[in-house]
Amino acid sequence: MRLVARTAKYASLVGASVMVLIPLLVVLFASFKTRQEYDATGPLTPPENWLNLANFATAWTDGQMLRGFLNTTLILAVSLAGTVLVGTLAAYAINRFAFRFKRLILGAFLVAALVPGVTTQVATYQIVKSMGLVNTPWSAIVLFMGTDIISIYIFLQFMQSIPASLDQAAMIDGASRFTIYRRVILPLMKPAIATVVIIKGIAVYNEFYIPFLYMRSPELNVVSTALFKFKGPFGAQWETIAACTMIVIIPTVVIFLFLQRFIYNGITAGATK
Amino acid sequence: MTSQVIDGARPASAARRATGRLTRRRFWQSPWLYVAPALILLVTFTYVPVGNMIFYSFHRWDGLSPTMEPAGLDNYVRVFTDERYRRVFLISLYYFAASFAQIAIALYFAVILSFDTRFRNLFKGILFFPYLLNSVAVGFVFLYLFQPDGTLDTVLRLVGLGEHTRHWLGDPDIANISLAGTSVWRFTGLNFVLFLGAIQSIPGEIYEAAEIDGANRWHQFRHIIAPGIRRIISLSFILAISGSLAVFEIPFIMTGGANGTRTFVVQAYETAFQFRQIGLASAMAVALLVFVLILTWIQRKVLPDEEVSLT
Repeated sequence: MRLVARTAKYASLVGASVMVLIPLLVVLFASFKTRQEYDATGPLTPPENWLNLANFATAWTDGQMLRGFLNTTLILAVSLAGTVLVGTLAAYAINRFAFRFKRLILGAFLVAALVPGVTTQVATYQIVKSMGLVNTPWSAIVLFMGTDIISIYIFLQFMQSIPASLDQAAMIDGASRFTIYRRVILPLMKPAIATVVIIKGIAVYNEFYIPFLYMRSPELNVVSTALFKFKGPFGAQWETIAACTMIVIIPTVVIFLFLQRFIYNGITAGATK
Repeated sequence: MTSQVIDGARPASAARRATGRLTRRRFWQSPWLYVAPALILLVTFTYVPVGNMIFYSFHRWDGLSPTMEPAGLDNYVRVFTDERYRRVFLISLYYFAASFAQIAIALYFAVILSFDTRFRNLFKGILFFPYLLNSVAVGFVFLYLFQPDGTLDTVLRLVGLGEHTRHWLGDPDIANISLAGTSVWRFTGLNFVLFLGAIQSIPGEIYEAAEIDGANRWHQFRHIIAPGIRRIISLSFILAISGSLAVFEIPFIMTGGANGTRTFVVQAYETAFQFRQIGLASAMAVALLVFVLILTWIQRKVLPDEEVSLT
């Protein structure tokens, strides 16, 4: 009986892993195949030459993926720095100051977390347009910064665990409020900042709707929208599309392998709030 | 806490200078300075849009012309009565049904992986990984899988189910099921990791005590694990409802809403940005928003927040 249960358990785990991996594996296969090979062989047949990188080269240049990665990196860097700065400042004020309307402000952040961003785009678009930001990278940057309530939560939660006696000690030494934020709070917030950078970074890298809607011109393609462009003109050239899909997936694999533990913690912290 | 010691007896000019310094100092001490950036972003990109959206929803507007025409409740009437708009509500039922499968699968694997298992971290990583992938990449991976004579057809033939192959994304009878399946593949990992985290936060001694008392695995699940993760499971169901109404990326990337796969948000997107009916699209968005808020309110009522408040 024990043995049957054990076998069933491992069989189901292996079965699920196969279901997860097969769709990705066949795309990996296709990305190494030549045109003729792709036409002649079935999807489950491994490529003849695992070092055939011609499709990757085609995808990289024709899809202008370099530009996509550069744009994504720029947007990532600026919006992550902005999110951390804006979020920690706000959390510092809410957690460490007593002031009027504090509860109201906290409530405003709470309620906003319930508004699904995808629904308000109709109206948000008009605002971003009136600011003249449509078709500039700033549209994505301000939206990634402005719609991030979860990171403020993570910062708030973490700040509760930093003892207020540290602030008071610094204050007695004559430190100003800003110095306390800069020299005491911010260095101690590093674990929370790491969490936010990881989960927010993954979300920004994967985001499709905002860059698709706000940055239509080809020079502004990010990774997602550059890949999406393959849908039209490359119609049936699956080996090129497969290579480009792999180019987009590989950074995620690398990040996941190195930062697994942080990612699990971050996801759990971010989603249950 | 703000304690500046100011010397009372000073020459007038020095006092004035001190006051200037003091106001400057006050300025840097003000909490408003620190919340302002977040607050401005919040108001500009969440509250103003929601307000505008409600306003637009009572008007007819193409998003360009300087004037809008008042339309009363026309937009809302259309959203709820026009066959085309009602249909998209029904499409979310596919995704809603799929989320039940998703939660069940996630729960099963979270429970078995919470017990001692070989290669535990490997399995955990594999099951979670799809959640991290780029949405466009996932779309392409499954477009490739569902192609005629693609991977799925080949596998079916291999196991002797060759006669069941069909146009997975082309046939309106099955396209939504294919897309919902893609969604399960992509999001199960999230539920799984959340459930696993909740199970692992149950102290280990409880299991040991139960085992000494002769409880088997089923008893342990029924009486220790299930009550311990009730909250996160109910939360997942609520999120599944609002999530299945807000499905956008998978159908938009894979079928563009063709073959009867247009979801509510895809429809709203087309209405706003292709047909330029901002008023009508806003009415759709407001309806969705109200629905999500009601759901959240119910959730708060049913599941009072046991955890700490944020202040």
